[in-house]
Amino acid sequence: MTTVEKVPATSYQQFMPADRPVQYLAPDGTGVDSAARYARPSDERLLEMYRSMVHGRRFDQQATALTKQGRLAVYPSSRGQEACQIAAALCLGEQDWMFPTYRDSMALAARGIDQVELLGMLAGYWHCGYDPAAYKVAPQCTPLATQLLHATGFAYAEAKQGRDTIALAFCGDGATSEGDFHEALNFAAVFRAPVIFLVQNNGFAISVPLARQSAAPSLSHKGVGYGIGSEQVDGNDPVAMMAVMDEAVKYVRAGKGPVVVEAHTYRMDAHTNADDATRYRKADEVEGWLARDPLSRLDSYLEGRGILTDELREQMTVSADADAAALRAGMNVEQDVDPEDLFRFVYSSPTPGLTEQRNQVAAEIAAGELS
Amino acid sequence: MTTITMAGALNAALRDALTEDEKVVVFGEDVGTLGGVFRVTDGLTRDFGDDRCFDTPLAESGIVGFAIGMAMSGYKPVVEMQFDAFAYPAFEQIVSHVAKLRNRTRGLLTAPMVIRIPFAGGIGGVEHHCDSSEAYYTHTPGLKVVSPSTVADAYSLMRDAIADPDPVIFLEPKRLYFSKDDIELGKTEPIGTAVVRRGGTDVTLLAYGPTVSVAMQSAEFAAEDGRSVEVIDLRSLNPFDDETVAASVRKTGRCIVIQEAQGFAGVAAEIASRVSERCFHHLHAPVLRVAGLDIPYPAPKLEHFHLPSADRVLDAMDRLQWNDAPDLSKAVTV
Repeated sequence: MTTVEKVPATSYQQFMPADRPVQYLAPDGTGVDSAARYARPSDERLLEMYRSMVHGRRFDQQATALTKQGRLAVYPSSRGQEACQIAAALCLGEQDWMFPTYRDSMALAARGIDQVELLGMLAGYWHCGYDPAAYKVAPQCTPLATQLLHATGFAYAEAKQGRDTIALAFCGDGATSEGDFHEALNFAAVFRAPVIFLVQNNGFAISVPLARQSAAPSLSHKGVGYGIGSEQVDGNDPVAMMAVMDEAVKYVRAGKGPVVVEAHTYRMDAHTNADDATRYRKADEVEGWLARDPLSRLDSYLEGRGILTDELREQMTVSADADAAALRAGMNVEQDVDPEDLFRFVYSSPTPGLTEQRNQVAAEIAAGELS
Repeated sequence: MTTITMAGALNAALRDALTEDEKVVVFGEDVGTLGGVFRVTDGLTRDFGDDRCFDTPLAESGIVGFAIGMAMSGYKPVVEMQFDAFAYPAFEQIVSHVAKLRNRTRGLLTAPMVIRIPFAGGIGGVEHHCDSSEAYYTHTPGLKVVSPSTVADAYSLMRDAIADPDPVIFLEPKRLYFSKDDIELGKTEPIGTAVVRRGGTDVTLLAYGPTVSVAMQSAEFAAEDGRSVEVIDLRSLNPFDDETVAASVRKTGRCIVIQEAQGFAGVAAEIASRVSERCFHHLHAPVLRVAGLDIPYPAPKLEHFHLPSADRVLDAMDRLQWNDAPDLSKAVTV
């Protein structure tokens, strides 16, 4: 096969965006009569997802608290986006890679990254606090949409080497306006890279509403123009979210090309603790989304199915609280920083110029001018 | 010995690297069937296949971002930016990711690659085809930046750049692509090393890429006036070979830095500053720069006013305070 073999015209047409976001659960957690095309996940997986969401929300709450206490420089909360992030994490295989943004901490925690390492960047210790190769999670990316291209090149290269690896790249609604979003979709389509682009459309890019980002029928429709399988889903519906992600993973892994999934969701908190969301959105809008909380939605659904009991719920709360306590304790331990690290990783070995500067800093430390 | 052009030497370097290492891949715009607008990738797709040398969509940020992902997966991408000013859409990927991935991840992920950029002017190109963009890259920690001035170096530096564990910006002087030499291609000095191209005792000329030939020509003319000029080909702008440069200037006591790029805040300014800091007590005169004018690159019919010429270098040389013993006959007495 050549790298520029033409994409069969019918391939992505099997996977075209629905007119309305795919939904399996009503806001109150009862099932809806939907014509959804995707297999419903098993109760066992949904329960696992619920557990992970309980932990995710507790983690998010703890990280927000740590920021108020000055332990983190900043924390971009993803409360309300648990279903999107956790479905994404749970649908991947161990061999697969994630290319996250700064707001995807819950997905990373669900992937199993140590909580203290995960917050290393926001605590100010290093740019990426965890081992990206060990967890198969690229560093959380702050320049918008740039990581989508890395995911595309990576997925293409893995497939080229015969590996069964797919890449899952995260971005938000604002990032779909960036040039790199479009270049990534186009490269992925042309090279049939096994990559999923998950767009968490939470309605705002900091303060700018979706209407100022895009006039497209939906963000998932942007995939259609590139010849990419695309779908839109209610991102606050955990059952639909997992069903669509499952299908996306299956499709991409089968070598049918990339997929764009737009998850319609809402960030319940401000962009970060440094931002005042009341300046750009109304209280009744937030209230409306509270009524569509993904966690209580899945809770009602699983309870209705007789799977989630008070006892289980209690166990999960205790376990999430224990994780939060461990995170608190971990973040209260001041880690050592080594000024030598400033020079260690700029190049494979320091240039003569950097060696001079390293010696200068070492001399300043030895003289007590710096500590 | 065979006669070979710089473009041919670069092509040979890519061929040898593709042959020796199956992880080397070459891609960019028009590098496949066409063989690149300067023919540097001529025949590579034919001889190595479309999965080793391939055309991409026309998007420079896409090319570099895609290369980062491929590098993370174990490939060694060699990508072409078709012209220097067309590399600017890739600037964010280069500065924020290519240069920083190793550092962001404490060395756990790296993105070694070679970004080939046809560089600088002197070919009568229309606007946006003749920029000298080296200062942007040399100012970025994490990147290595090299530029060959000879056919031999074009081959050797390219082989070294591909083998290097760090990302390398490879600036190919456009006006030298079809310069020729009779040589056997092989290894020359490594990245990070400057080379004395002509020995001398009175003044040091520092040049790189397209200005080395200007320096050599200036040295010839100056010799006719009885001045012994040392010419250093810097070859590598980062890492910078302070040692070779300072040793020469301490010997000659005079120094001129030549660059094609506009002078303000340019690479020559950094070099002049380093030379002054290291050689102050050996200098007979301030370190001078001969650079392009502080203007956007001019239209073809005006470029000869902009580009550093041997005359401009000789004029600068004349300003280097050659009369060590003051001429007392002209002293003003009060």
